[in-house]
Amino acid sequence: MSDREVQLVQGNEQSVSVTQRRPPIVLVRNLTKVYHLGETSVPALRGVSLTVRAGEFVAIMGPSGSGKTTFMNLLGCLDRPTSGDYWLVGRKVSQMTPDELADVRNRRIGFVFQGFHLLARSTALQNVALPLMYAGLSRAEQERRARRALELVGLGSRLHHRPSQLSGGQQQRVAIARALVNNPALLLADEPTGNLDSRTSIEIMAILQALNARGLTIVLVTHEADIAAYARRRILFRDGQIVSDEPVTATRSAQEELLQFYQASPASSDGYRALPAEKEP
Amino acid sequence: MSGSVERERQTTMSTELLAQQARGQSSTQTPRSQTPPAERSKQLQRRREVHRGSLLVANFASAFESLWANRLRSLLTTLGVVIGVAAVIAAVTLTQGASVLIQARLSVLGTNTLLIVPGAATSSGAFSSLGSQQSLTQGDADALAAIPHVVQVSPVLSLGAQVIYGSQNWNTRIQGVYPGYQQIQGWEIASGRWLNAHDELAGLPVAVLGQVVANSLFGPSGTNPVGQTIRIGSQMFRVVGVLQPKGSFGAFTQDDVVFVPFTAAVIRLKNTGYVDQIQVLVDRAEHVDAVQRAVDATLLKRHRINAGSPADFQIRNANQLLQTAQQATQTLTLLLVGIAGISLTVGGIGIMNIMLVSVTERTREIGIRMAVGARRRDIRNQFLIEALTLSSLGGILGIILGLLVGWLMTTNFGVPFVPQPLSILLAFGVSALVGVTFGFYPAVRAARLDPIIALRTE
Repeated sequence: MSDREVQLVQGNEQSVSVTQRRPPIVLVRNLTKVYHLGETSVPALRGVSLTVRAGEFVAIMGPSGSGKTTFMNLLGCLDRPTSGDYWLVGRKVSQMTPDELADVRNRRIGFVFQGFHLLARSTALQNVALPLMYAGLSRAEQERRARRALELVGLGSRLHHRPSQLSGGQQQRVAIARALVNNPALLLADEPTGNLDSRTSIEIMAILQALNARGLTIVLVTHEADIAAYARRRILFRDGQIVSDEPVTATRSAQEELLQFYQASPASSDGYRALPAEKEP
Repeated sequence: MSGSVERERQTTMSTELLAQQARGQSSTQTPRSQTPPAERSKQLQRRREVHRGSLLVANFASAFESLWANRLRSLLTTLGVVIGVAAVIAAVTLTQGASVLIQARLSVLGTNTLLIVPGAATSSGAFSSLGSQQSLTQGDADALAAIPHVVQVSPVLSLGAQVIYGSQNWNTRIQGVYPGYQQIQGWEIASGRWLNAHDELAGLPVAVLGQVVANSLFGPSGTNPVGQTIRIGSQMFRVVGVLQPKGSFGAFTQDDVVFVPFTAAVIRLKNTGYVDQIQVLVDRAEHVDAVQRAVDATLLKRHRINAGSPADFQIRNANQLLQTAQQATQTLTLLLVGIAGISLTVGGIGIMNIMLVSVTERTREIGIRMAVGARRRDIRNQFLIEALTLSSLGGILGIILGLLVGWLMTTNFGVPFVPQPLSILLAFGVSALVGVTFGFYPAVRAARLDPIIALRTE
């Protein structure tokens, strides 16, 4: 065990040094957000500064009420800060109008949510093509790229299935394909494994890790330390502030864990059965 | 078993990802860093406007899908529009049919023709009491012939009588007229001849038959009517001609008539010093008004009626009657438009209501669309298009239903079925407008949703 970990740590340090030379994708300075509930004002973020460079895999952790969801919404351009500045790939987005923010979400950001958030009446292909539709691509181009994204996440054979005909893991992979289809600069994953069993969670994390290895910048919000361990950098929120920001010393490799599962299952079927199996619809 | 196949495939997929990782470190990153952000943004902006059509198509597709998913609800919602449009189309079809019928009746007069009937004008101007009063004479008719621009004048003496040939008999209208009447009314001869001046002078017992009468009397025996002798009342008449049919509209036919010389009618059929009407043919349409004034002056003078006293006759021309009829139709149309307006407003409120429900139900969908980059106007347009689709479908259904009901009614009432393309187009346009108008508020509400709150809604 220790041998492998040492190797991984060394690999990590190498990639950290590489990423520090890369341009910042997310540049946040003194970001605050105050919610007004009637007479009282509730500060959700109290001056957050953060830099995420291209190719990083950041896990944001913190208890509920720590401001991590608010921060996620601001990073995702779903909301505007009360004060402070946010540059996304060099463009200042903190003072943009709602329509400009919609454009940024369309082109720069991919979302993966806990509840998958797929359109129930649309097929996998239509769901993935949705951002391209709003980007104004031709139908042929929409379909071509959506098909490619679905093939990338291993759902090439389920293009015309509706969400209700897909398992949770498959739905989340559709959501990942949708997030990737517009070649975003930043992938935001909000508790992507929250609704999934642990084996499927590992599968999803394997996809995210592989995408990150291809150079995609990922920011992951989770409250599970297990899941955060798949990232390379861990940031802890408390009371609307960052309290710690450190590299993950022993990054888990979802791919290796999956291979172990796969090798183990034919030999010791009991061990395999201990895990809830992914159900076919 | 299927579970293990699934696992295998997933592992393959992940391996593929890893292989791609080995090949090129950051394939997604390279193109972005090469193009300046501003330039790229402009490119994207341009691209976004190029293919708006595909978004429109997708919006219509999603509108149909969503309406189909709630079929019953959509149908009930749009029922207000359906009923409104159907009522209007049916009523318009019926009034148009009636108005075509009225026009056909009035066109019997011809546009250059003046009709003088005895009796004072009633306040409504309706000509219900044709010949109920006696004041016009043959002398009046002859006097009018001297007026400039008058081409033909004919007194008309009408009576109903039974006409008999052999074993056949037929109740019809007998009209005693001058030979010039043929030109006034534009009758064409099918066989034989029309009445001539000699017939008139001599008061000969000759008759020209309308097509219906000719068929009724001579159809069964197959005899050629011309030259045969028929009995009108107690008098014998020789048939000299048969007229070309002028056609019929519904229950009204112009061809059920027998013409005899005026003098013959007076001598043999209806001994009276008065006539039922006088018809005057004017040479050109623009002289009709002048001739009408001259006729008025002549008759007033002949009847010794002072200016200001009510006249004992009325002069009508076809255009005036047409206007009267059109006014009545217009009033009816206005009433229908009012009813349609109310019905469509109610239908529109129904659409607004259901669209508000739809927006609430689909709040999360709106959030998802916003998260992946739908702008406010995209969301607004989506719901506008849905409302438009709903009301337009209602409009189409209403048009079909209205035409069906209109067809049934016109067929039942013996009125011609005349669908009006303009009113159908208008009905469709109005129903579409109803959708856009009443769909606007729900659509704007959808567009104004906060994406965060929308996404959190279950």
